[in-house]
Amino acid sequence: MKNIPISAQIGLFFTGIYFFMAIFAPLIAPYGVGEIVGDVWEPASSSYLLGTDNIGRDLLSRMIYGGRTTIFIATAGTLLSFVIGSILGFFAAVVGGWADQLLSRFVDLIMSIPTLIFALVVLSVMPVTIPILIVVMGLLDSTRVYRLARAVAVDISVMEYVEAARLRGEKTGWIIFREILPNALSPLIAEMGLRFIFMVLFVSTLSFLGLGVQPPEADWGGIVKENKEGIVYGIPAALIPAFAIATLAISVNLVADWVLNRTTSLKGGRG
Amino acid sequence: MHPVIALVAQRFVLGLLLLFAASALIFAGTMILPGDVAQSILGQSATPEALENMRRELGLNEPALQRYFSWLFNALQGDLGTALTNGRDIAESISKRLGNTLFLAFWAALISVPLAIFLGLLAVRYKDRWPDKLISAVTLASISIPEFLIGYVLMFFISVRLGWFPSVAMVNDSMSILERLNAIALPVTVLTLVVLAHMMRMTRAAILNVMQSAYIETAELKGLSSFKVIYRHAFPNAIAPIVNVVMLNLAYLVVGVVVIEVVFVYPGMGQYLVDHVSKRDVPVVQACGLIFAAVYIGLNMLADIISILANPRLRHPK
Repeated sequence: MKNIPISAQIGLFFTGIYFFMAIFAPLIAPYGVGEIVGDVWEPASSSYLLGTDNIGRDLLSRMIYGGRTTIFIATAGTLLSFVIGSILGFFAAVVGGWADQLLSRFVDLIMSIPTLIFALVVLSVMPVTIPILIVVMGLLDSTRVYRLARAVAVDISVMEYVEAARLRGEKTGWIIFREILPNALSPLIAEMGLRFIFMVLFVSTLSFLGLGVQPPEADWGGIVKENKEGIVYGIPAALIPAFAIATLAISVNLVADWVLNRTTSLKGGRG
Repeated sequence: MHPVIALVAQRFVLGLLLLFAASALIFAGTMILPGDVAQSILGQSATPEALENMRRELGLNEPALQRYFSWLFNALQGDLGTALTNGRDIAESISKRLGNTLFLAFWAALISVPLAIFLGLLAVRYKDRWPDKLISAVTLASISIPEFLIGYVLMFFISVRLGWFPSVAMVNDSMSILERLNAIALPVTVLTLVVLAHMMRMTRAAILNVMQSAYIETAELKGLSSFKVIYRHAFPNAIAPIVNVVMLNLAYLVVGVVVIEVVFVYPGMGQYLVDHVSKRDVPVVQACGLIFAAVYIGLNMLADIISILANPRLRHPK
């Protein structure tokens, strides 16, 4: 613990708190997620620590449950994009030739359309449910992971030990999972933090636009949307979830930055 | 033919090809779902007659390839079809909104580009001292903050608490240019803040890269002042990467506009797109998607072409 710089410690601490609250949401939240407990937009008081929202639900409880939804979707999306992106990336690097060309040009094409715009186009005909959100976001983001994984794997696949495995007659699956994956893991894990932040921002933006998590389910972007009318009357309820998104993203960023520095400062990138 | 012209022409054709492929992808994006588009637009409770009407209206009974080419061909001639929700001509609704969006993006670019380049130069000049550290800390924070947070924070403090600027950016034809600028002051500020950090950081990286060259060392050994070294020797060589950075961020601006328009209720393309996504108005979504993709691909292509033109090694081949 001593070697961790102070910024990364702060980041770890806050990330830990957010994840803890997400996992144990039903135990921590003082009220239910849809329970109407008071008046509209009550100020913060001892019974409602953050006040109440646009129809009188306890804002703190909604924040805690909302964090659970946001973090769950972002985590699942990140995992999906990493599984798909890295396997395809490794595959392209190991096999090479036309398979590599085909995959890489297709990824270039998808990346030539802004992610948010493409997601909006797809979601205009899809039923907007949480599994579909995760799949759409995960697939769109896997293009970024693919590029990184392919770049890392191209470097590794010319190493002697991979050559040796090839000469031994190992199959492509073995080379990908037993030779490339263990050596490509640390740059990929460092990237994971950044992709997670991107996912949090992405799902919050979609929900804010009304095209992500649908009510009565709560998530941070959705809570901003529900309470945005209050801003004009000087009620800051909408700023609280937006602030939570920002602090979560900054803390994960601090941790990711540290992991990135640690893996690149060690020769050979193994940490 | 001059090799630069050949290179530029090649990039241009590549851009057009990419745009063509992107249009196919956008078209396919609305077709990939396992069920039926008409069903998902009308919902589960739709009657068979209504479904049949919707299918006919969307032309779903024809093969997909034929529909795609007739859509693309009409779009190239400026006919984007009619909206399902109100039966209006899409091209007509879009043209005014596109103008509004470009107006917003233009002012944001006009402010953020010079500011970002200046601050990037400042960060290089005071590398590893407090101005540089401050700039990188702000950058880190601003990549992590969602656009709508910056929007609402500014709206809350500047327009509601202080009452300096209007909180919603309504513009219409009868407003003078000054009134319009007053209305869009807050959205422009937010957009500037959103792209500023990226641009600053990338400008800094581009100039630092040039600063490690041998001719910079020569200039320093000649005894030139450090601002003069940056301004006379480093900056001209960093133009190509900086132009690249600027163009990439302008492309990013075009997307950031979507969220900001919704925050400030600005009558532009982004709001039009978001409204019609929730109404499941597929022709409008396709048209908007195509235009956004075209602007994005166009700016990226322009960045490529400018960096070719800015490279003296390509301009004067041996």
